[in-house]
Amino acid sequence: MAEKYDIVIIGGGPAGLAAAAAAYDAGAGKILILERDRMLGGILNQCIHNGFGLHTFNEELTGPEYADRFIRKVEERKIEYKLNTMVMNMTADRTITAMNREDGMFDIEAGAVILAMGCRERPRGALNIPGYRPAGIFTAGTAQRLVNMEGFMPGREVVILGSGDIGLIMARRMTLEGAKVKVVAELMPYSGGLKRNIVQCLDDFGIPLKLSTTVVDIEGKERVEGVTLAKVDGSGKPIPGTEEHYTCDTLLLSVGLIPENDLSRQMGVEMSPVTRGPVVNESLETNLPGVFACGNVLHVHDLVDFVSEEAGIAGRNAAEYVKTGRGAGKESGIPVIAKDGVRYTVPSSIRPEFMNDRLVIRFRVGGVYRNCYISAYIGSERKIHKKCRIVAPGEMQQVILQKKDIEAAGSVENVTVCLEQE
Amino acid sequence: MVDVTIIGAGVSGSAVARELSRYKVSICVLEKGEDVCSGTSKANSAIAHAGYDARPGTLMAKLNVEGNRMMETLSKELDFPFLKIGSLVVCTDSEEKEKLNDLLERGRQNGVEGLRIVEREELVRMEPNISDQACAALYAPTAGIVCPFMMNIAMAENAAVNGADFHLNTEVTGIRRIRGGYAVETNHGEIETRYIVNAAGVHADEIHNMVSADKMHIIPRRGEYLLLDKSAGNHVHSTIFMLPGKMGKGVLVTPTAHGNLLVGPTAVNIEDKEGTNTTREGLAEVLAKSSQTVKNIPYREVITSFAGLRAFEERDDFIIEEVADAPQFIDCAGIESPGLTSSPAIGVMIAEMIRDKMGLEKKENFIAKRKGILDPKKLSKEERRELIKKHPAYGNIICRCEMITEGEILDAIHRPLGARSLDGVKRRTRAGMGRCQSGFCSPRVMEILAREVPDMTMMDVTKCGGDSKLIVGEIKDRL
Amino acid sequence: MEKRELTCIQCPMGCAITVEMDGGEVVNITGYTCNRGKIYAGKEVTNTTRTVTSSVRVTGSAKEDMVSVKTKTDIPKSKVFECAKALKGVTVQAPVHIGDVIVRDVAGTGVDVVATRNA
Repeated sequence: MAEKYDIVIIGGGPAGLAAAAAAYDAGAGKILILERDRMLGGILNQCIHNGFGLHTFNEELTGPEYADRFIRKVEERKIEYKLNTMVMNMTADRTITAMNREDGMFDIEAGAVILAMGCRERPRGALNIPGYRPAGIFTAGTAQRLVNMEGFMPGREVVILGSGDIGLIMARRMTLEGAKVKVVAELMPYSGGLKRNIVQCLDDFGIPLKLSTTVVDIEGKERVEGVTLAKVDGSGKPIPGTEEHYTCDTLLLSVGLIPENDLSRQMGVEMSPVTRGPVVNESLETNLPGVFACGNVLHVHDLVDFVSEEAGIAGRNAAEYVKTGRGAGKESGIPVIAKDGVRYTVPSSIRPEFMNDRLVIRFRVGGVYRNCYISAYIGSERKIHKKCRIVAPGEMQQVILQKKDIEAAGSVENVTVCLEQE
Repeated sequence: MVDVTIIGAGVSGSAVARELSRYKVSICVLEKGEDVCSGTSKANSAIAHAGYDARPGTLMAKLNVEGNRMMETLSKELDFPFLKIGSLVVCTDSEEKEKLNDLLERGRQNGVEGLRIVEREELVRMEPNISDQACAALYAPTAGIVCPFMMNIAMAENAAVNGADFHLNTEVTGIRRIRGGYAVETNHGEIETRYIVNAAGVHADEIHNMVSADKMHIIPRRGEYLLLDKSAGNHVHSTIFMLPGKMGKGVLVTPTAHGNLLVGPTAVNIEDKEGTNTTREGLAEVLAKSSQTVKNIPYREVITSFAGLRAFEERDDFIIEEVADAPQFIDCAGIESPGLTSSPAIGVMIAEMIRDKMGLEKKENFIAKRKGILDPKKLSKEERRELIKKHPAYGNIICRCEMITEGEILDAIHRPLGARSLDGVKRRTRAGMGRCQSGFCSPRVMEILAREVPDMTMMDVTKCGGDSKLIVGEIKDRL
Repeated sequence: MEKRELTCIQCPMGCAITVEMDGGEVVNITGYTCNRGKIYAGKEVTNTTRTVTSSVRVTGSAKEDMVSVKTKTDIPKSKVFECAKALKGVTVQAPVHIGDVIVRDVAGTGVDVVATRNA
């Protein structure tokens, strides 16, 4: 017999926790969080550095402290959760098959599902880095877990490929734990991480950041013995003659995050090829009625505060769906078009009747643009025109649309978010 | 004195050990790696070739066809994955179509069944993603795919269960002729043996040259591959070859026995017998050549690349014989492609050679069946529930990408010739083989190894034995 | 006269700011685009502080091997490594709660190192 819940949340990280609390506060009754790890909090548990929560709590917290705030919200509301529990399968009609040691394999029927599985790191193979395959090549996140949660050093002399935030953070962590971080190489001509991390994690320790540089060879048959870096040209190809050899026993990779949507795909959720996350409307609802998504499973964020905020919206809308069945007919909305430097938007369609007074549209740009305008058009009318000194792919952007503007515009074909020079 | 010492626990050595363990004979297997299946056997195309490639009359041709015929039964007996999906040699230039007929004729001479030429129209129906240039293909329905690790490990395990004594981490450093046989010198002492089977892969020439004046020379021929995510596994349905050339069968595109897509290999002769590194040029060549036969390969889905070495010997045939100037020393050398396919037949051939020479009798208590690691995914929900009730470890997922449970990993560690490293666990269970390439599960598998293997701590866990340690110390230990 | 080159972290612009100093006194700041950058640069050269985070072993906890910790407030940047060293070999006994003092007055900074995780 399948047990029934109003809302089942897949993932007990920052997105799942915030969604659960918000759904509860919006009146949802029976909520269940399924978490595959041995504790709630997700990846925040290993992000022991500070810098979380400035937007949400107006103070600088570490990852575990930020997680604890939300875990307490879930505990206070007596929201049910299961740890060490893996979701094995989900169907479009929201039947969930999950498994753990205690309950074995079991089915759950959910009134609504919130996808909050987070993301995973891109491995070396995805980059086609040539060379040997010895021990000592770790994704930055794996190294972060080993160092911060298990107290082990994965290496002494480190080269980092990729300047994503986890890589930058790990440069500092490894240095403070006694390793020598020799260089951070970044394939792109700009860093993928936040500026403050470059200053506080690299510059503070005199760690050089080499842009437009990649790893062209990995030496060492058993354990890494060295790597060769080379400059790349505009198309990302290594330039012969620019090779530089570094002796090291460790290569950390921080080369991108991929939303973890194996389950979403399995159940038939429509995916965006750009974000590799679900396509959602203004309620953060996917093409499957009653299935919502938030956090890094939807699109990779750089600030957890925005994850929590987004998850709150998903939680409230899921509660609304369960109460009223709203949107179950799948009215199609106004498409939101991303163009001229804007790579994608979340959401990607808007149903005005279900909009809140204001709607945050988040997006990333495809390159570094200086002295440009972020614009949003409702139909052909430009409603937002925001001057920016600089926008870069490493920092998520947002525009806020007003419901009254959309309603005033009447029936429009689309909403457009773009970058403009004037 | 041991009756037979087999040098090398790759697929050939393990096949010989398994076939020989049917007889009343003492067997010792020496493997320099930390696990069986550590060399060429672990990095190849994983194809059960039909047998139309080799020149008629060669040992290669004979053993390939025999091995292919044995594969299905063996896979059931030893419980390893084998799927008879067929292969297509694709011709993309109508002027070269004659070469398909040559291959067909050669295949018939070799005794390959079911071969036929398919024209473009049928070819496109069979393989919608076939290249627009493809005009015809040779279809071989008997070709298939295997899991090379599980096949090698299955044969070794079964040999061990039947009494073969495996010595891992044991490298042969010299061989001396002694009365009645040989003294094999290793890094762990000496072993006296009547017979030696030299199944040392790319190192078989070094072993051979320790006993014979008639020198052998093996050239490692590197092949680089790209492995794609399971989401790309249906891009083709059979193994797609290009027309073969001087250096081998060219770049193939194939589903794997576990549902991934495999593309490769290149073929470059190198010096270094441990030179399993990939190169920028090699990976680029794989990309370029694969597109000659198959279109729209989703290269965004690549999850890893690797390289393997074929043991190419100048005579260009398998060398399976007692060495003329070294009696009781049997070479099993030059086992390059189609070595994996041929290995079951190689095992039988060498076991029978030794049986006849030594006058061996069959054991009554030979255990022919081997049960692989239980795969809970093959159970019904009800059965799985029961299993978890009995063994809760089967309810604990360790590898998220491949959905591998703690129960499977425990089985891999505790069965005969059990896993002792991350790669050992990976090759037996597929934990870490998925799209995240062990990012999530490696710390957890390390914990399980440290907990389960006697005298192993987190500091001792390796990727693949030797100096491949994953942890170098505790935090702040050098501050 | 001493020159310090900085990257401003106030916004994604990342202006390259040069601060000229004389005997610990800021004499001139150039390269900034906005006033926030100027203020940041002035503070960064005269009184640079950082929060240090790390992990220490915990014994007697059913769920954790390590407890994450931080300096309760930021400490002078020059004391960062000394702080990390002071945590070497520190082991705490469970139960530990967020905010519990792990090391008092670390490296003579007057700042305590506190737990950031329950164990």
